[in-house]
Amino acid sequence: MQTEFSEDQEQFRTMVSRFLQEKSQPTAVRQCMESDAGYDASVWQQLCSEVGLAGTHIPEAYGGFGFGPVELGIAAEEMGRYLYCGPFFSSAVMAAYALLHNADEAAKDALLPGIAAGTTLATLVLDSLDAPAKIGSGLAVAEGRLSGTAPLVVDAHIATQLLVIANHGAGLGLYSLPGDSSGVSVETVPALDPTRKLAKVEFAQAAVEQIGEVSADSLNTTWDFVCVALAHEMIGGARHLLDSTIEYTKMRYQFGRPIGSFQGLKHRCADLLMEVEMATAAVHHAARCLDAGEGEPYVASMVKAMASDTYMKAAKEAIQMRGGIGFTWEEDTHLWYKRAKSSEVFMGTPNLHRERMMGVIEAQGSL
Amino acid sequence: MSETENLTNESIADAVHAWLDANWNADLSLREWREILVDGGWATPHWPQAFFGRDFNQEQSAVVSKIFNQRGIVPVAQTGPRRLAAETILAMGNDDQKRRYLRPILTGEHSWCQLFSEPGSGSDLAGLSTKAEMIDGQWIVNGQKVWNTSAHHADFGVLVARTDFDLPKHQGISYFLIDMRQPGVEVRQLKQMNGHASFNEVFLTDAVVAANNLVGGEGNGWAVAKTTLSYERRMGGVTRSFGGLRGKRQGRVYDEYAQEVRIANEPYTWYPQRQGRVDLVLPRAQQTGAIQDPAVRQEMAKLICMSKGAMLASEAAEAKRKSGSNELVPAGSIGKLAASVIARQAAHVHTMISGADAMRSGPESAEEGMVAEVLVSVPAISIAGGTDEIQRNIIAERVLGMPTETRADTGPFRDIKRND
Repeated sequence: MQTEFSEDQEQFRTMVSRFLQEKSQPTAVRQCMESDAGYDASVWQQLCSEVGLAGTHIPEAYGGFGFGPVELGIAAEEMGRYLYCGPFFSSAVMAAYALLHNADEAAKDALLPGIAAGTTLATLVLDSLDAPAKIGSGLAVAEGRLSGTAPLVVDAHIATQLLVIANHGAGLGLYSLPGDSSGVSVETVPALDPTRKLAKVEFAQAAVEQIGEVSADSLNTTWDFVCVALAHEMIGGARHLLDSTIEYTKMRYQFGRPIGSFQGLKHRCADLLMEVEMATAAVHHAARCLDAGEGEPYVASMVKAMASDTYMKAAKEAIQMRGGIGFTWEEDTHLWYKRAKSSEVFMGTPNLHRERMMGVIEAQGSL
Repeated sequence: MSETENLTNESIADAVHAWLDANWNADLSLREWREILVDGGWATPHWPQAFFGRDFNQEQSAVVSKIFNQRGIVPVAQTGPRRLAAETILAMGNDDQKRRYLRPILTGEHSWCQLFSEPGSGSDLAGLSTKAEMIDGQWIVNGQKVWNTSAHHADFGVLVARTDFDLPKHQGISYFLIDMRQPGVEVRQLKQMNGHASFNEVFLTDAVVAANNLVGGEGNGWAVAKTTLSYERRMGGVTRSFGGLRGKRQGRVYDEYAQEVRIANEPYTWYPQRQGRVDLVLPRAQQTGAIQDPAVRQEMAKLICMSKGAMLASEAAEAKRKSGSNELVPAGSIGKLAASVIARQAAHVHTMISGADAMRSGPESAEEGMVAEVLVSVPAISIAGGTDEIQRNIIAERVLGMPTETRADTGPFRDIKRND
């Protein structure tokens, strides 16, 4: 298994980073978060057609580039760093992984090329964003009709295609339906993190097509792949907070000296760097494990927990070290703070993931 | 271009094998064997030809040590601080010092210690106040040193002392080679809170150092000391332990070598415990049933995350270093800081797992006393080899580029506030 990025992967990172540096400055992020759609359609179009990011990890047979979790992770990490607002995570990560790990061939053929091209905005509708074990009680299908409520669905308000994991009485299935189907109502939910839009989706006897069976294994695998991508987004955000905070402590003078010369801040910055380095290394390792199909079987939960704690620590310190200005709306730090907080609990809290990894460790009797 | 650069790895390997075939004899005494080895030039082939070496580069030396490992050849003495002394003398000493001291270090005839830290200068090594004065053609030394591994059986020591109290603190320091077997040197073992005694205190009372045992010139001691410290960092600390040779080896030289290693490792038997014994956590949790406790599971998982994260971060830094990246890789200080955090968390988890049983100590207690030893040894990890606070300063200033603290220790050393 590789332990570092190849030259091609580094070039890919540079390309993504340059694009986002130009298109996702805080002013652009603020425009997106204040808009109803939550994203800039022209930037999304360029991101998909010029840079081709939505198809990064989708196999070539389905219109993607055929790379894996490592390259997807690079893209997600840079998006986290620049707080990119757009349907990448909902469509290219969540929906695409749900299809790749649970859908039948016909459905993959039908849906993945549009997702890879960015022309289909899909999202994964789950009745719980807390834990894989909690999925299946809120959404039910009987005789081809879906009913129930998913209280939190990322980007459902703009989704052209809904992929739903629902209970069919004998287990879970993956279902598909267009976003504007009858029997579907989508209501925007005010989000703590306005850079990631949320909606409540209710189904009342909506006609759905089953496109796959969802086993406990395939659900956990889907959850793992999504969590590792999310963890990349989080360490990208944490790194931005660390970098910007260090810069701030160098230029902010109090008591006649830069505040970064006080050990009270230095030591916390050193601790933060250590945590960010450890989480980053672990997250990169996790992507390589998923790519190679080896490594610790609990690695996804391990890195989701680490990235969550590290991002939140970075966010709290970033605000604290800025003092009063850090608590203002005008200063940008709170944008990352809110993304950190919502990511911390999205797809399982750190506690859930630690418990999930301990379940695996206990069963296998080793680390 | 020296002629050694033209040697191929194959020709080096052939020469090593031929020399070993002719000279290696496991029935020799350790001393006898090492004298042959040192004089043959194969003990330290990266050293200069004039001093027991062959001017080999790193790759060429690796060919030699690989063959030594494969054939189970007993190497020169490398336990304790003696190799730090040897490398420093080689780099900064004069030819007379090299001739007198290097060979007995390699053969194991002389054991060495390091006389750097003082009760009044711990983290602030350059704040040392042990005094060396030139009186009647020799240096007379007065002061106290501490944390001196192996000093109780050392023949010589590398010593830093202040020769000028009117210069700024880094400038008035000189570096000496001192004979430990003299009336002016008193060594006392220092017992630690965990009951072990791995270090000593050394009291210097009118101790004598010959004039020609000054290294690097008067007032240049700080630069020489930094040379020693950089070797220490590269070797992973004075206090690393040494493994035996692989496989079953028979013969007098092996018996004596095993004895040497056993004595050298004795002070460090508790070192795995100060790192928290993460390896014992899962088996202990399973044996005791504590693994069923959700609170324990959370803390165990945090420990595993830290432990794996630190290992992966260190691997990533190593990969970057090997690929020749210019990016500043803060591996050393970060790794040390991580080791502290991991050890503390491990001690916390061991405590949770044991419950009231953690009140016990001794061989009848958990894991033959190892858990108890963890609990009273972990405080050392964040102090030894540079405190966590110093590591954080290094990370903040050298890696993150944060501004340095305003200093209160400039100007003549005499005027700096200190403890003594």
